[in-house]
Amino acid sequence: MPISRHELEHLCRLAHIALDESEMVDMLGQISTVVDHVSRLQSVDTEGIEPTAYAVPIDSVVRDDDTELSWPTEAVLTNAPRRYGDFFEVQSIFE
Amino acid sequence: MIDLTSLTLSGARGLLDRREISSVELTQAHLDRIDRLEPQLNAYIRVTGDIALAQAVRADEAMRRGEAGELAGIPMALKDILSTVGVPTTCGSRILENYVPQYNATVVDRLAASGAVVLGKTNMDEFAMGSSNENSAFGPVHNPWCLERVPGGSSGGSATAVASSEAVYALGTDTGGSIRQPAALTGTVGLKPTYGRVSRYGLVAFASSLDQIGPITRTVADAAAVLGVIAGPDPRDSTALNAPVPDYSAALTGDIRGLRVGIPREYFGDGLDSEVRVVVERAIEVLQSLGARAVPISLPSSEHALSTYYVISPAEAMANLARYDGVRYGLSLPGDDIWSMYALTREAGFGAEVKRRIILGTYVLSAGYYDAYYRKAQQVRTLVRRDFDAAFGEVDVIVGPTTPTPAFPIGAKVDDPLQMYLNDVYTVPINMAGITAVSVPAGLASGLPVGVQIIGRALDEETILRVGDAFERETGHNLLRPPMTAEVSA
Repeated sequence: MPISRHELEHLCRLAHIALDESEMVDMLGQISTVVDHVSRLQSVDTEGIEPTAYAVPIDSVVRDDDTELSWPTEAVLTNAPRRYGDFFEVQSIFE
Repeated sequence: MIDLTSLTLSGARGLLDRREISSVELTQAHLDRIDRLEPQLNAYIRVTGDIALAQAVRADEAMRRGEAGELAGIPMALKDILSTVGVPTTCGSRILENYVPQYNATVVDRLAASGAVVLGKTNMDEFAMGSSNENSAFGPVHNPWCLERVPGGSSGGSATAVASSEAVYALGTDTGGSIRQPAALTGTVGLKPTYGRVSRYGLVAFASSLDQIGPITRTVADAAAVLGVIAGPDPRDSTALNAPVPDYSAALTGDIRGLRVGIPREYFGDGLDSEVRVVVERAIEVLQSLGARAVPISLPSSEHALSTYYVISPAEAMANLARYDGVRYGLSLPGDDIWSMYALTREAGFGAEVKRRIILGTYVLSAGYYDAYYRKAQQVRTLVRRDFDAAFGEVDVIVGPTTPTPAFPIGAKVDDPLQMYLNDVYTVPINMAGITAVSVPAGLASGLPVGVQIIGRALDEETILRVGDAFERETGHNLLRPPMTAEVSA
């Protein structure tokens, strides 16, 4: 099933990815090919089959409710592209 | 004079323990070799020579005091997806080019506690997405057996470093075959442990329900030794299994008499290269000559495992990679507002394959498609698991090819993602089922290495390592070295 250009633009918005024109053209064909391939799954009878999220049993892991030191602020901010005092600085979110 | 870069881990251990060589000598020999070979191979993104030599000095001191761990003083390489304090960890991506972790992966801490010497961080497909190492932002890796061919991926740098003796061993990661496939294509041993056997803390996430760390080595015995150090529960990873770590080296008895070896019909179908088929069939004959019994089996859902993988792994990846937003770390390109900053940063920071998988993951999780793709894939994943459960009721291990073909030319599949994905057709089902498998060198096809894959039950690394070791002792295929690296040594 081919993906439409409109659909691809919508997916890019959802994923916060900008594509230039040539990337958009390549991506349309490639995503459609892969989606077409994985669509074969529709032919498998899975009536009554439970889905698997993890292949091994995952149990909740808890620790004692003791206070632990967290990272120092400077370590957390070491890789910050922009900072304002002890905060990450970002551009405006609201108009 | 012995060539120090020809040593295996166990060989180096003996010489170090008898004080016939020092870790500093061993480490310097590998750094010199890296200097000579890297212009042709590009296996490393970053070589940390000063750190390695300082670690070697400390290892020599510890050995003199008799306090050395099993891996003490032996130089190795880390895939650049494993977090290292103070050393950039790029994941082969522009978006993390200047990212410097503030904590170590658990495996890095465990190696350090054992006295390991880290030579550097190896090249890889961006965020471990790829089967050829052509998706690295830092250039492709060249296969030491034939420089015009790919080494496989995504742990292509780790496999190449080991194959060319630029490291004694390396760690890679395997989400759908990324340890075993490059090991097969470079003539090395690659072990994907059971999901949860090794802590993923500090492994930069690609597909969290599939990712697993494991060793790439030149012998099965070395893989057993490394696994023994890195395996085990970890309070920082809730998916690390709370199971005791056996003595893997003790399992290598060389005796596989009476072992039942399943031969899955679906792994010998149309897509398998005829020369690879011959090599793998010969490997099965060797196992039979050692007393194992071959049992034909069927894994009927295998044909759907690849499709399942290319739904589930992009879905998990799109969620994991949402964190690269230009706010807290990594590349950040200012825009008019925060929304354009996200889009511009991710446009510039991610390569084509990563974008493809994020978009694919967004598609299969989006409204209207979730049940048809994502839930369906999770149900088929259950069927893939059940196939293996049923098979392991009848056999002790399953043996087949690791890859459909030997190493292919650089550039041959780069524009055709689906053809590239088919490289993983025999490795992906193991990740879907969460079980363990090792790829062991099985000989050459037209001068290129071929790997045989030995698949085992969950947490039964001991048996697959025992089979691989017995095969290796009998055949010596693992001793074959790439011609170009022999010339450098001479």
